Amino acid sequence: MADRLDMKRRGLFGAVAAGATAIAATGATTKGARAAESAPPPAAPPSAAVKAAEAQPLAPREMALVGKSCSDFMVDVMKSLPVDYITTMPGSTFRGLHESIINYGNNKSPELLTCLHEEVAVGMGHGYAKVAGKPLAALVHGVVGVQHASMAIYNAWADRVPVIVMIGNTLALEERRPGVEWTHSAQDNAALIRDFTKWDDMPVSLPHFAESTVRAWRIAMTPPYAPTAIVVDGALAENPVHDEPAAIPRLARLSAPVGDPAALTEAAKLLADAQSPVIMVDCAVRTAAGMADLVAIAEVLGAPVIDKGGRMNFPSRHPLNGTQRAGALLRGADVVIGIEVADLYGAVNNYRDVIHRDATPMMKPGSKLISLSAADLLIKANLQDFQRYQPVDLAISGDGEASLPLLLDALRRGVGRSDAREARAKALADAARQAHDRSRQAATYGWDATPISVARLCMEVYAQVRDDDWALTTGQGFQSNWPSRLWDFTKPYQHIGDSGGYGVGYSPVSSAGAALAHRDAGGRVPVAIIGDGELMCAPTALWTLAHHRIPLLMVVHNNRAYHQEVMHVERMAARHGRPTARATIGTVMTDPNIDFAKLAASMGVWSIGPIEDPAALGPALKQAVAMVKSGHPALVDVVSQAR
Amino acid sequence: MKHRTPWLALLVAAICAPALARADAAPGEPGRGFTAFVELGCSGCHGTVGQGGPGLRLAPQPISAQAIAIYIRNPTGVMPPFTSAELSDATIIDIQAYLASVKPPPKLADIPLLN
Ligand code: HEC
Repeated sequence: MADRLDMKRRGLFGAVAAGATAIAATGATTKGARAAESAPPPAAPPSAAVKAAEAQPLAPREMALVGKSCSDFMVDVMKSLPVDYITTMPGSTFRGLHESIINYGNNKSPELLTCLHEEVAVGMGHGYAKVAGKPLAALVHGVVGVQHASMAIYNAWADRVPVIVMIGNTLALEERRPGVEWTHSAQDNAALIRDFTKWDDMPVSLPHFAESTVRAWRIAMTPPYAPTAIVVDGALAENPVHDEPAAIPRLARLSAPVGDPAALTEAAKLLADAQSPVIMVDCAVRTAAGMADLVAIAEVLGAPVIDKGGRMNFPSRHPLNGTQRAGALLRGADVVIGIEVADLYGAVNNYRDVIHRDATPMMKPGSKLISLSAADLLIKANLQDFQRYQPVDLAISGDGEASLPLLLDALRRGVGRSDAREARAKALADAARQAHDRSRQAATYGWDATPISVARLCMEVYAQVRDDDWALTTGQGFQSNWPSRLWDFTKPYQHIGDSGGYGVGYSPVSSAGAALAHRDAGGRVPVAIIGDGELMCAPTALWTLAHHRIPLLMVVHNNRAYHQEVMHVERMAARHGRPTARATIGTVMTDPNIDFAKLAASMGVWSIGPIEDPAALGPALKQAVAMVKSGHPALVDVVSQAR
Repeated sequence: MKHRTPWLALLVAAICAPALARADAAPGEPGRGFTAFVELGCSGCHGTVGQGGPGLRLAPQPISAQAIAIYIRNPTGVMPPFTSAELSDATIIDIQAYLASVKPPPKLADIPLLN
């Protein structure tokens, strides 16, 4: 290892290890070096030069680091923030900070969580923030770690979720060890992720670090939320603090930008005067208070709510939930308000993936569309996650949830009792009940099929947890939305949407973070329904769950394929007039079948499967839930239908 | 999933493509039909027992082989088309026979998890 070959530092670690206090530091450091940095294989005997160097007494200057190091001060800064965890895959560019967190900081607030890939470290932050309502910090290695982390950062960006990414780096060339430290240093490490972070800085002094880290937290946590990054200079971190420690700016209480009250009043009037108003929500609600406001708005108006499912916005079984009748409701609407709808164009146009692409507006001519969203407050040019431009009649820029109370007030002022509105609400309630019954009926088809139907998979899971304080940590699109069609979602934390950026591998890693937040909340049973392709992108999340005793029920929706891609290739074969039967080449994961139960067991996670018999699924899930309730992760591999 | 019923295509086909409708056409073979249904990828979108998924529910009680042929040769929604070169009329008859052989599901009232 490069670290071992560095005489100066090796000597220091040897001395510390010999002392009584800091065995952990040695362990962390030797384990911490990356595989890419392992020059001699571990079994190779130390060279004569190394042996000689190790036998040398310590150079006096290596003993000088008593008292406070700059990385200790960095920990003070982090402790000043409500950051409970710092996830990391160890890397030498931040070894000073790593050691300070675990020893000086006593590994508490933040507690360091071990990840086996930076995508897991950041992705955990993604799921965690959506449940905990605050970010954790992810500490990633310079250059290579940032690149591993980048897809997870992009997902968090596209989903508008705060994560504080801390990146190791060594700026001053004379401080870099020859070789690996150069390859992991950059003039501008954050440039790699600047297209999909909200703000970053590379502090070069302690006051600078304090100010920028507090700022990074504040900017990440001011809606629209997004990841921010701080590049931690390794040389700065490893130095002693010479002067009085810098002051740490206090953290402000934050408030969200609210839409213009006059515009919200106008929107309320349009909605109140409409014959068939429709409310469409996607990433609008974060808290129980926000959900209560949205429910009140729907009830005052007697309007249906179409929940696009970016978050858990509206109770799934509320009589005004119109999600399952979205098309019909939009076609009949005269005024629609979209609140934090990430893809408003896609939501109101029927766009077909056919040779000559066509799009039919779903709303009738003359109807009015209002948008309420903070999207325009945070948009960048390069990556196109902002979606197609949808013309609207009134665009209100402001955070959706924070603007709901004003919209509700305006509605309450302007809407009186009306028989027509009550009749409309009753008709909507009847239609919602019928839609729910149709879904229950639809779930019966294939109920006893092998591979197990996805409706059955979802309902078997629900049956095991429905009487507990459960929460689903994964998206549902690939499960034909069976959970939101049939489960009774009532609380925002019961569903946190999907990845935002559609970067595969999100489900296992963000579920690990969400489960961590659920563990801290106490008494909850978190459930993840994870696609096989998703799990294979980031299976090491399993080890982190086991290692840190994070309870989570993982159900693998194992259709042995990247089924979305199967369908895409079939479509292309049909378009090109060639056999669709070959569309499985490059898209399926059979021969050999992946044994997910063994994969999980190899990382210390209780597991069972592959389950092929639908009748065996309930009992297997029961055992798994018992394991989760005893504080451990568990995995059930279910060989399932495609969708 | 919503789609438009291809009435015009149905009419044209009823006039121009009577082979599938002929009473003396060879009866379909469900086993062969199942194999084709899976190998051609129908099952990926419609489910292995035609229960539905990204595509519509097709079984039990499927539409006629002729109606299937009309739809899949010239779909009006987002389903990819299947030409007669890839999927012969005889195979469609087999697929229809397979879909017709799918047993009805348990009754909703008899499934505790859905009640
Ligand atoms: C990529 C997904 C996909 C594949 C593969 C696919 N379908 Fe479809 N199918 C659909 C969708 C979606 C619809 C609904 C209408 C539409 O959008 O075209 C549909 C509709 C149909 C219908 C019309 C049903 C009705 O009641 O009107 C039939 C019949 C049908 N499919 C049969 C087949 C057969 C047979 C195959 C295999 C040869 C097949 N499909 C393959 C997606 C698919």
